[in-house]
Amino acid sequence: MSEPTPVAKSAGQLNDEMLSSMRPPTWRWHVLAFALGAVVAWGLAAFAYQVMTGMNVTGKNRPVMWGFYITSFVFWVGLSHSGTMVSAILRLSQANWRRPILRAAEAMTVFSITVAGLFPLIHLGRNWVVHYFLPYPNQRGLWPNFRSALLWDVTAITTYLIGSSLFLYLGMLPDLALARDRSDGWRRKLYGALAMGWRGSAHEWMVYHKASTLMAALIIPVAVSVHSIVAWDFAVTVVPGWHSTIFPPYFVIGAITSGVAAVISLMIVIRKAFHLEDYLTPLHFDNMGKLLLVICLLWSYAYFVDVNITWYAHEPIEWEVFSFMTDKYTPLLLLMLFGNSVLPITVLCFKKLRRNIGLMLAVSLLINVCMFIERYLIIVPSLSHKNMPFIWHEYAPSWVEMSIAVAAFAGFALLYALFAKFFPIMAVTDVREFEVRKAEVPLGRAKLPVVAGEE
Amino acid sequence: MEKLTSPYKWGMVVDLDRCTGCGACVVACQAENNVAICGKQEIAEGRNMHWLRIERFWVGEYPDVRVRFLPVLCQHCKDAPCEPVCPVYASYHNPDGLNGQVYNRCVGTRYCGNNCPYAVRVFNFYDHEHAWPSPLNNQLSPDITVRSRGVMEKCSFCIQRIRRAKEDAKVEGRTIRDGEVQTACAQTCPADALVFGNIADPESRVARLSRSPRRFRLLEGLGTHPSIYYLKGGGREHV
Repeated sequence: MSEPTPVAKSAGQLNDEMLSSMRPPTWRWHVLAFALGAVVAWGLAAFAYQVMTGMNVTGKNRPVMWGFYITSFVFWVGLSHSGTMVSAILRLSQANWRRPILRAAEAMTVFSITVAGLFPLIHLGRNWVVHYFLPYPNQRGLWPNFRSALLWDVTAITTYLIGSSLFLYLGMLPDLALARDRSDGWRRKLYGALAMGWRGSAHEWMVYHKASTLMAALIIPVAVSVHSIVAWDFAVTVVPGWHSTIFPPYFVIGAITSGVAAVISLMIVIRKAFHLEDYLTPLHFDNMGKLLLVICLLWSYAYFVDVNITWYAHEPIEWEVFSFMTDKYTPLLLLMLFGNSVLPITVLCFKKLRRNIGLMLAVSLLINVCMFIERYLIIVPSLSHKNMPFIWHEYAPSWVEMSIAVAAFAGFALLYALFAKFFPIMAVTDVREFEVRKAEVPLGRAKLPVVAGEE
Repeated sequence: MEKLTSPYKWGMVVDLDRCTGCGACVVACQAENNVAICGKQEIAEGRNMHWLRIERFWVGEYPDVRVRFLPVLCQHCKDAPCEPVCPVYASYHNPDGLNGQVYNRCVGTRYCGNNCPYAVRVFNFYDHEHAWPSPLNNQLSPDITVRSRGVMEKCSFCIQRIRRAKEDAKVEGRTIRDGEVQTACAQTCPADALVFGNIADPESRVARLSRSPRRFRLLEGLGTHPSIYYLKGGGREHV
């Protein structure tokens, strides 16, 4: 893996450019935030309407008791997967090109898992008794059912939310100190408190490096478990089309696919919005493209295995569900296969195309559209054609469900925009650390690194 | 802790040879259990509330067309797929082998409804609490909760009747006699196609019928071990 092209800039200039997103907001930022806020408000109104009226405002019925909300839930959990995962794996494998992208990726994780966590609550028939999920002591001696995959979900998502928030925060500590030193007024106080008195001493750095490596190693199993558990929501049931042992690894691969694609899309947006062309170079897109290529190949293999086993076993009801899905949802299915498999595998094989930013944006966005379709095609057709043919029924999302799904995207973007405005979106100290590590001093004929590494 | 054992294992036999598809059981169930009345719209949307439905299948080609009826209600499985998936124990197994549903514990994840292979669980998509305008509300059974919007409900094997029979038997210091307790559907069936009773008692009528060579259970391959036995129909009507 080649190293990024050297950026010959002074420390002050580096700081200025990488923290440019934290300058006072422009009118464009205000317009964006307002527009996103309006969409979120619309989604909230739709949710309030659903709570007041009942689940009849959705498109659900018997037997399709889950629909767009759970599709969105799986989608957002999937998105959340990669940020932390990519960052942690690259940290552990000491891939230096990760440095400019890790903050964006980690923040994506935190916000998408936040959004994901809302969907199971939104989809409840009685949202107002959601506390029944919690194992709190009560007079009636009632306890949640830990045999239920939904309780595993609650546990896994809470763990992941806390873990990835800590991971994000830990990685941000030195940058918060930097932000503290560059700001004044209430911001200085806020960053001062958040930086927890970071002074940048050698001891602090040593502890920091150890902690972040440890955290990276710890967060990976959590990330894998989260999406396996989401897969178990389906795999532990007896619903034809869901009851499949390949689901956990398949879902994890799917999650990484959508996550890596989303990191690429976000990198492109951030690069453009905050003029970070010098830091997020085509090299980064090249490397991320390679990663995405591998994941897309894996996804295609997992999908092939899933379908192939259905065909090979040829269990009547499983085959019925599959035939129904391919018949009723042919355009969606073909689009999914094209966007998740054919297109990325073709495009990402070529270095020139991987370094083409516009094309990468198109490919990565299409992958996420297709991953949403993929989840929809797993959830809905299986329920429509369950074991009792007498009550087969189809499903179409209602305007309430669609509004809430769209508002989730807006909410995610709004959180991200706010984060980028108030916190360093680039891992400034990580990038600068690398700049320092790269520098060499001549010693006679030999050239030695300025800083002795641990390895 | 008190050991949860019971001399009862409630079950049912549905004789498909006898079923005429008249639908009296559906009406009886609706009247007994405060099951909400749904209009055309709700039924078209797939949101009807029947705890018991008669599935009707046409068999054969014109002019040799026959009709087959299959009454489907909660199968009260021994290994019920709906039970382990409920995160709050709203769906639970009682010592008599019934799949209970605690309405006021239900949060409405509808996971049980997805996982029920028989699709007999019905969800209150609409607000049915006020579906009985006065004076129709006088016909509501006081023994049973009127379910609120957002909860799952399903056939309970008329658990209120079982409870009452148990109390009577307890007063007299005996167990419930065969035929003493009837579900509304079994009581109403004019063709006597539905027989309800205690399967744990080998001498009961339901247990004797359930040993018939014609017996089968719905979707037996899934391993849910339902408490309802169907007796296969004979003759050409039942291919």
